[in-house]
This record gives sequence, structure tokens and C-alpha cells, in this order.
Amino acid sequence: MTNDDSPRGGAAGGEILRVEGLRKEFPGVVALDGVDFDLRAGEVHVLLGENGAGKSTLIKMLSGAYRPDAGRIVVDGEPVEIRGAGDAQRLGIATIYQEFNLVPELSVGENLALGRPPRRFGLVDTKKMHERARELLARVGVDVDPRTPVGRLGIARMQMVEIAKALALNARVLIMDEPTAVLTTSEVERLFAIVRQLRDQGVAIVFITHHLEEIPQVGDRVTVLRDGRSVTQVPASTPENELVRLMVGRPIDQQYPREPAAPGEPLLRVRGLGRRGAFEDVSFEVRAGEVVGLAGLVGAGRTEVARAVFGADSYDTGEVLVNGRPLPRGDVHAAMEAGLGLVPEDRKGQGLVLGADIAENLGLVTLRRASRGGFVDRAGQRRAAADVAGRLGVRMSGLGQEVRTLSGGNQQKIVIGKWLLADASVLILDEPTRGIDVGAKVEIYQLINSLTASGHAVLMISSDLPEILGMSDRVLVMARGRLAGELAAREATQDSVMALAVSEVEDARVH
Amino acid sequence: MHVSTDVLNGTAKATRRRHPAAAWLAENGALVALVVLVVGLSLLSGDFLTVTNLLNVGVQAAVTAILAFGVTFVIITGGIDLSVGSVAALSAIVLAWLATDSGLPWPLAVLVALAVGLVCGLANAALIAYGKLPPFIATLAMLGIARGLALVISQGSPIALPDAVTHLGDTIGDYLPIPVLVMIAMGLITALVLSRTYSGRAIYAIGGNEEAARLSGIKVDRQKLITYGLSGLFAAIAGIVLASRLASAQPQAASGYELDAIAAVVIGGASLSGGKGRAFGTFVGALILAVLRNGLNLLSVSAFWQQVVIGVVIALAVLSDTLRRKATT
Ligand SMILES: Nc1ncnc2c1ncn2[C@@H]1O[C@H](COP(=O)(O)OP(=O)(O)OP(=O)(O)O)[C@@H](O)[C@H]1O
Ligand SMILES: [Mg+2]
Repeated sequence: MTNDDSPRGGAAGGEILRVEGLRKEFPGVVALDGVDFDLRAGEVHVLLGENGAGKSTLIKMLSGAYRPDAGRIVVDGEPVEIRGAGDAQRLGIATIYQEFNLVPELSVGENLALGRPPRRFGLVDTKKMHERARELLARVGVDVDPRTPVGRLGIARMQMVEIAKALALNARVLIMDEPTAVLTTSEVERLFAIVRQLRDQGVAIVFITHHLEEIPQVGDRVTVLRDGRSVTQVPASTPENELVRLMVGRPIDQQYPREPAAPGEPLLRVRGLGRRGAFEDVSFEVRAGEVVGLAGLVGAGRTEVARAVFGADSYDTGEVLVNGRPLPRGDVHAAMEAGLGLVPEDRKGQGLVLGADIAENLGLVTLRRASRGGFVDRAGQRRAAADVAGRLGVRMSGLGQEVRTLSGGNQQKIVIGKWLLADASVLILDEPTRGIDVGAKVEIYQLINSLTASGHAVLMISSDLPEILGMSDRVLVMARGRLAGELAAREATQDSVMALAVSEVEDARVH
Repeated sequence: MHVSTDVLNGTAKATRRRHPAAAWLAENGALVALVVLVVGLSLLSGDFLTVTNLLNVGVQAAVTAILAFGVTFVIITGGIDLSVGSVAALSAIVLAWLATDSGLPWPLAVLVALAVGLVCGLANAALIAYGKLPPFIATLAMLGIARGLALVISQGSPIALPDAVTHLGDTIGDYLPIPVLVMIAMGLITALVLSRTYSGRAIYAIGGNEEAARLSGIKVDRQKLITYGLSGLFAAIAGIVLASRLASAQPQAASGYELDAIAAVVIGGASLSGGKGRAFGTFVGALILAVLRNGLNLLSVSAFWQQVVIGVVIALAVLSDTLRRKATT
């Protein structure tokens, strides 16, 4: 952190890459409409823009996933055509995509070695493969066995594996599309240390994030995209509210507009919940009108508890009561009937049917309710979908657009939207604003406010501590599978939450 | 070995801008293929485009199409049903045996035959949903079991059908073969179930992302029971139609038809990885197979070569499915 404050101009070298007048059209949308951008060796260049502004589309043209319709890409002063990932690799460009590209069934080691595993006598040398994987994982500071199937990791760890995978390529241009969206402070610190180290070695880094506070911490320059156009370029030290204005077109006066409501009856009660190896003795309640934040480090067991409460997974001990009535274990349908909802953390794996359209996805949770005698009221479903898509400001070509082709943030809005339609009395949100831009976040917080104002309750898991602090009426902190403590909104600070989040960890080590 | 693939897997491949017409063609490739086939055969053989021959093609297509409609449900969930040919034969045998040997009134025998199909389908589903068997294995087992039972019950020889039932193979007036009418009715039912009912929409979601469907409150196991149950029921109907045409139930009837049914579904644009498929596509797929067989017969292509041609067509269809998926993922 110390060299962080010194000017970094020294490290920044000559231009490596430049794009001019880049344009990309998809059926029904112009994703990029004239983008200029340049990248120097030894700098971290931040791409900033609202959801759907075209950030991911831009970097996909640098990585060879898409071809531009117009404009050119210049690398080392030579115009180039990047026809595929092979070309990008020859040019020394490595990319960490916003959506994960890991094979869930394969182990961490296999994923890290995918495409070129070490061989011996023509066979994969598993021992060597795992050794390499261990080195890479140690570099990003992730403590997992390389033999673990990737599907068993939470998304934060998956993200770290993605990062490790890209680092293994030793590229001179490293593109990172929202790598911090799901990471907690300590992993972000770790990642930034790596980024700074690479930058000092002369690697050029493109960094996309919706967490504006990260920009002065790692960035050098910022290019702002709006509606597919590069509108301006500013230094990373530009004040946050100025960045917001450039990106959204208007200032945002309050990032966390929480309006606490008087808490009512307890709607959700969790008593002594435990599952071997995951969490134990978790008890808490959520009252009508409350937003309860659930904080903790990655691996503390927050998601596991949320899934168990919702019936997505089973548990060994304890009970879950909604409105005073106990829920059967591991029964999502019963939990929903009782009034629970869960926005899962992994939108691609658990939240969305990527091959289906927006209307279909938004209507999935309410499908049963929209059916009479087995027949679905599709017109009604469409109207409701149009309404919620409008409220969330989903940027789309129409309700018939395949969800796969939406921008990451807009996909996230769909996952939230389908649960808003469900009108659950207790809504559990697991990393709800993952990948959502600052403007749209405020919209979502306002929707949370209107939920609680009408007597619903929200349990919110988030790795974004300011969000937890800004939106919760009460904060529960988990550490090592246990509730380490509870803080009222006024006593919850970054320090008090972090103290609890790491406290139990040390306790547990002593035993 | 390039590192490339791992970085790119699952993200968009380089896409070319597509004209709307090109997009339509890609979506309806099977229909275009059918039209080309019909035009081509009309030019090559004077006998092709005659009313009698076309009705014949329709009747030929009917059994495959009915089986394929049932399999469409299964394939949309991302599963597979290899048992439909055997289940069709078993249902027909049960019907003939009850009506002839046991003297059950034929309408009752028909109902029992349908129930047999349904039960076979539900048994598949139970093995898959609760026993966690892969659909391929569960239905492969059923393929053997149902065929075996058909042989056991019939003791290996055909059983005559009651007259009332053989009339199902008749033609009303000059132009309305009942098998074709049944096929059309089943096709419409399939289209309706898929597009308008809760179960229809739910199975698309299950095939698209089973975990997301489950976390959205869809009872995945129950929907699988319905899906495989429908497939078994459709197989029973196909078996009865087939037997009525042959005027007897044969224990070896419809063997290998499951492959034609699956081929029809895939040619019709469904994806074996689930989430995609339409009743109309399946209908076109079944017609393509029937037209192809009929045309090759008219052109006196030997039965041996016919197998080769049909195999190639199936390979091309699946190939275009994978290419299409590559282009859109
Ligand atoms: N394959 C595609 N087909 C159709 N439209 C697409 C496709 N890919 C992207 N788009 C559209 O292009 C626009 C830009 O998307 P892009 O993913 O670049 O946004 P983004 O700036 O990365 O947003 P986010 O912050 O949400 O990740 C969006 O409107 C999106 O719907
Ligand atoms: Mg993006």
C-alpha cells in the first residue's frame, strides 16, 4: 500500500495497444458505436460505464471472441486482426472474462491446466499438474486442494481460480472484467497487490469494475464508456462523484438510501442450524420491515446457511420457521410456498436459464401462480415481465432477447427481477448487486426499501462491506461457519464487522 | 494444443452479422430440407407426387412421428428415451392379448394398453429422478424389459387384433387415413402442452438449467415423471396405431423405431443438451425420414444403401445442431 501513493508515471512505458473507432452491432442493438482507447505498458487502465455500456464487448474484441464491424485495433503500432483466442495469445493478451469459463466437473488443477496439461510418456502427468496448480493458487492466496471439483467452490473462489488461470499465461496485456465483483476486502487487497506487482513489471492491465472506490487504489487512467461510445478519459485520481457524473450523466446524491421501517413480527426464525463441515449452531431472526445484513469472509458459510434456510440444501440439526411454522428440510417448493425467496450468488449456474429469453426467465418463479388448470397465462406473464424489466432499467433489445446475450449487470437484474415478481415475504439476497452499476444499485436499494416498507423482510449477504453497512438495519457476522456476533446499524462499522469476521477464526485455530 | 480453447470456452465465438433471412433459415433448416427433398423427388420420380403415394408417406410417418412427439418432451428436459419402440410393442401386445385371449371388451383393453405405456414411462422417470440413473441407462434397461415382456406375453408370435381396433388403420373416405389424423392430433397436443402449459414451460427451464429451475420452485422430479410418462403414453398410442395397420400385434414390432424417433426430434431442431425443441420441428423431422425412405424405394435404391443414406442424414442433422450451438454460445 505504501508505493500506492507515489506517482506511477515512471513505470508506465510506451503504447502497446490502441483501438480506433471500434464498432460492433448485434441483432437489435449497437453495442459499440465508435470507441477509442489506448493502453500503455506498465499501466492499469480502468474501463468505466453503466451496465450495457459496452465494456465487455470491447474487451471481447481484444481477446478475439468478437470481430469488430468497423474500426481498427493497433498493437505495437501495427494494425492487427484478432480472429480468435489463438491470435490474442500470440499477441500476448490474456483475458479474465466476467462470466466464468471453468468446467465445474473438473478439478481445480485440471481447470488450471486445461488445454495444455503437463505430460509424461504421452499421458497427463497428474502430479506435476497439481504441483503447478498449487503454485498458482498460492500466488493468488487461495487455500484449496487442487483436486477439488471447481463446481464445489463458491463463486469467490472460482473467481480466484480464473485469475490464477490467466496469470499462468504470463501475458503482457492482462484484461480483467470485473474481477472484484464477488470478492471480499481481503481478497481484493491480495488481487491489487498482484496487479501492482504486474504493473511494475511492465504488464499493461485493463481493469473493469463497478466499485468506484477501487479506481484510485489500482488505476492510472480511466476511460469512460457511455452507450457504446468512449466519452472521455480522465486520471484515476478523479473524485468519485465526478466519475459517477461522467458515467451516468447525472450525480447520485445518496448511494445508500436506506429508510429504516419499524420492525414488526419476526417472519423468519432460524434455530440452531447446523450441517457437518459447513456451519453450526446458527440462530437468528428476521423481522418484518427489516433489512438484515449477513457479513463475513469468503468461506465463512454465509451462502451455505442461506441455501439451507431456503431448502436448496439440507441440514443436520436445527430448524427454520417462517411465520412461526417450521419448514421441511431441503424442500425449495415448500420454502417458496411459505414465503421465502432466494436470489442465488451464481447467476449463470443457479439463477438463469441462459438459453431462454428475458420474459421466460423473469416469469420462472411465478410460473405456477400464473397457471390456471395447468395452462399458463403467458400474456399476463409478459406484462409482468415488461413491468419489472422497466423498473430495473434492464438494457435490452426486447423481452425476447436471449438472456445469454445480455450484459453481466443486466443478467443480474433479471435474477433479482424474477424474485421481485414472486413477492416473497422474506427475500434472501446473496450478492444481489454483483456487477451492477452505481446508478442501478440505487434503484435496487430503493426497491429493497419499498419491500420492507410494505412489511416484507430482506436478508442480504454481500461481500461489499459499504453496501452491508449502508443498507442493513442489523448486521450478522459469520466466521468459520458460526455466527460470530450481531451489530445494530449504529454500532456497525468497517472495523467492528471485520473484527468479528476474523475473531472466531483465530479462536477456532486455538482449539 | 493452444491455450486458447480454455479461455474461450463458453463465451461467444466470433460472430458474423446475420441477415434475418439467414437467421430464419438456420432456425427452420429442417423445413427447407424437406421442401428441397420433396421438389427433388418429384423431379426424379413421376410416382412420388401422387395422392396415393403421399398418403402412404403420411401413414409411414405417423408411427415415427407419434413416438417422436413423446420423445420431444424428454429431449427438451435434456434426457433421452430409448425405450419407446419396445414400449409401443408391449402396449400393442397387451391390448391384443387382453382383447383376444382374455376376452376383455376392446375399449377396456385399449385403456389398459395405454396404462401400460404410461407405467413404463413412469418407471423410467422413477429410475432417473429418484434412482439417479442416467436417462440413457434407465431407458436402455426399459428397452430390454418391455421387449422381453412383449415376447413373454405373446410367446413370441403375433396376436390378432379385435376388428374394432384394426379399423384404426383405415382411411376415412379416400383421403383421410386415421393414422395421419392421430399423428396430427398428437402433434397439436404436443405443441399445446409445450407452449401453453405449466409443465411445458417448466420442462424447457429444466432442460436449460436444471438447478436454476429447481431454485425457482419447480418440482423437477415431478416434472420428469410427467415428461417420461407422456413419452410412454405416446409410445403406447404409436404401438396401437402400428398394430392396427398390420392388423395384428407383433412382439418384434417397432424395434429400432426409438432411433428414428430420436433422429426425427434432432432433425427437427431440438438440442440433445436440452432446453430446445418444438413439436412442429419434430413433425418435419419425421416427415423427412418418411419421405426419404419412400423416395429411395421409388428410386429402387437397395435397402442396404438406404440405411447408409439415412445414417448420413442423421449425422448431418446432429452436426448442424452442434454447429448451430457453437455459433450461438
Ligand atoms: N452476443 C450478443 N448478442 C446480442 N446483444 C449483445 C451480445 N453481447 C452483448 N450484447 C449487447 O451489447 C450491449 C453491451 O453489452 P456489454 O456486455 O458489452 O456491456 P457491459 O458494459 O459489459 O455491461 P456490464 O457492466 O453489465 O457488464 C448490451 O446491450 C448487450 O445486451
Ligand atoms: Mg460486462
